[in-house]
Amino acid sequence: KKTKDEFASKIDSVFSMYTKIDDELLEDLEDILIGSDIGVESTMDIIEHLKNCVKTEKLKTPDEIRIRLKEYLKEIIHTDDETDDSNMKTPTVILIIGVNGVGKTTTIGKLANRYKTMGKSVLVAAGDTFRAAAVEQLQVWCDRAGVELIANKEGSDPAAVIFDSVQAAKSRKADVLICDTAGRLHNKKNLMNELNKIFRVVDKEYDTAFKQVYLVIDSTTGQNGIIQAKTFKEAADIDGIILTKLDGTAKGGIIVPVQKEIGVPVKYVGLGEKIDDLQPFDSNKFVDAIFE
Amino acid sequence: MIFESLSDKIQGTLNKLKGKGKLTEKDINNAMREIKLSLLEADVNFKVVKDFIKTVKERSLGSEVMESLTPGQQVVKIVNEEMIKLLGESESKIDFSDDITVIMMCGLQGAGKTTTSGKLALKFKKQNKRPLIAACDIYRPAAIKQLEVVGKGIDVPVFKIEGENDAVKIANEAFKEAKKKGNDVLILDTAGRLHIDEALMEELQQIKSSLNPREILLVLDSMTGQDAVKIAEAFNSTMEISGVILTKVDGDARGGAALSLRAVTSKPIKFVTTGEKMSDLEPFYPDRMASRILGMGDVLSLIEKA
Ligand SMILES: Nc1nc2c(ncn2[C@@H]2O[C@H](COP(=O)(O)OP(=O)(O)OP(=O)(O)O)[C@@H](O)[C@H]2O)c(=O)[nH]1
Ligand SMILES: Nc1nc2c(ncn2[C@@H]2O[C@H](COP(=O)(O)OP(=O)(O)OP(=O)(O)O)[C@@H](O)[C@H]2O)c(=O)[nH]1
Ligand SMILES: [Mg+2]
Ligand SMILES: [Mg+2]
Repeated sequence: KKTKDEFASKIDSVFSMYTKIDDELLEDLEDILIGSDIGVESTMDIIEHLKNCVKTEKLKTPDEIRIRLKEYLKEIIHTDDETDDSNMKTPTVILIIGVNGVGKTTTIGKLANRYKTMGKSVLVAAGDTFRAAAVEQLQVWCDRAGVELIANKEGSDPAAVIFDSVQAAKSRKADVLICDTAGRLHNKKNLMNELNKIFRVVDKEYDTAFKQVYLVIDSTTGQNGIIQAKTFKEAADIDGIILTKLDGTAKGGIIVPVQKEIGVPVKYVGLGEKIDDLQPFDSNKFVDAIFE
Repeated sequence: MIFESLSDKIQGTLNKLKGKGKLTEKDINNAMREIKLSLLEADVNFKVVKDFIKTVKERSLGSEVMESLTPGQQVVKIVNEEMIKLLGESESKIDFSDDITVIMMCGLQGAGKTTTSGKLALKFKKQNKRPLIAACDIYRPAAIKQLEVVGKGIDVPVFKIEGENDAVKIANEAFKEAKKKGNDVLILDTAGRLHIDEALMEELQQIKSSLNPREILLVLDSMTGQDAVKIAEAFNSTMEISGVILTKVDGDARGGAALSLRAVTSKPIKFVTTGEKMSDLEPFYPDRMASRILGMGDVLSLIEKA
């Protein structure tokens, strides 16, 4: 994929330019890491770690540093529960949240299709009653995936839609209920409170269901992604991150500081606008691809 | 607010300098390192940051500062001047000299093109223009419907050809429609696309060559990170954009993209959008923005007097 190739060729070309480890090499590395949206703090931490390795392990060649960098990135990004949704517990309610335009609705279409293909019965809730034609957009995706959508009128209370959807999921014994929500900037207090209300409805009305809250982050996002993750985490226990639009040239490096900060694993990546452009996140692959 | 944290940090650094009666090279180096980190944390592209710091440093070490009685304030002044250069000198307006002013929106997926098309239409309508918006997004599910809802909300007509799979044709037909109905502004809402998607970039070029729009505006999400430069460069080199609209500045995006864009495209930011309501669109004033980042409307006038 394009994203990783570019990142990769850059890191590798840096290493190939040097024959020994010096400040210049480290400075170039710093630029690349920052240029991938990994952020100042995480970058400094990574560079510091590498310097330590050089000192304590008496590293000599750029290649040795390369290996250490790769290991360390894996260590940061890796989490024990890599996505294995083939044996997901049922019934599950999945809530999809995030700022405006990151790809929530599209991702729901992809997820619905994925779970359905696995043989699960899937129901989708049109919890975005705010955005113009949000329901119609989601309806198209549900038609494509061949799953049912529960929706109310535009402008109605999103918590009410979720309530109705939970009842429908219960009575139809659906394996998975995926709920769309309106895009909201993390600094809009009332909108974040509205999310809380939605979560409470699910907790109260469907306490036997297994709940998953996924925060969708656009891979072109810069350092703002850290605040997004932090603030959304305050509003809800986030179980995972979905990193979208990785088919562009953005590096998605923002997940490094995001994971360091809030320790939430990346579950899926979005790689395009087609229904099967979704893959489970694999930290090994992700980091390996950076270097290959 | 956009730039808030950048502003806080840079002001903190500059305040330390301001008080000093004498500056050493070390003082300046330290300050530059702090400013560099603040800019990077605000998502300003790292190459742009390097150039900016280099220029400010060179000027700050020059006689203009070193021989001044208030060297700290001189450095502040230099930072401000270079910041304004980075953001663009003055407000830039839309050129309405054509009979039908064609404005084309373009940008990545989800940046805010459709919403912003509506906002612009409303703004022009308030200026007694008669805008028409064309639904040229043939890909996104319910894109036409979304634009229709937007149009209805602001009482602006939306041109569409349901089921048509040629965006260029829709744009052309929309122009004819505008001519027929006496619309003097035609806003083309296009589908979101990646700057590396050759087929879709070609589609934009075809629309451009058949309608020759007065304005080609790149709509860019203010939360964009380091990639903003690549995106802007790509759209500018294929489309030769006339300006940028920076969206979602009501989030607390650090706004670094705004500082990088002009440096790589030399195209102005024309508007910023500040929310999901149709009235949430503001012109962009680079000089004011720079002063706001540095929190120094007053300081500047003080220096002027001195
Ligand atoms: N290239 C690419 N585009 C994507 C991807 N995921 C979503 N998109 C596009 O991004 C745009 C926004 O997607 P939506 O699903 O509407 O995003 P959203 O988060 O639901 O947006 P709001 O509901 O308005 O907050 C659409 O044009 C999608 O086709 C992806 O992985 N790659
Ligand atoms: N908070 C906030 N949200 C905005 C702003 N501008 C747009 N949005 C939201 O961002 C999301 C995407 O906006 P759209 O206008 O659909 O973006 P688009 O570029 O047309 O998307 P595609 O057609 O899928 O490429 C929607 O949820 C909008 O309401 C803004 O200034 N502030
Ligand atoms: Mg949506
Ligand atoms: Mg659109």
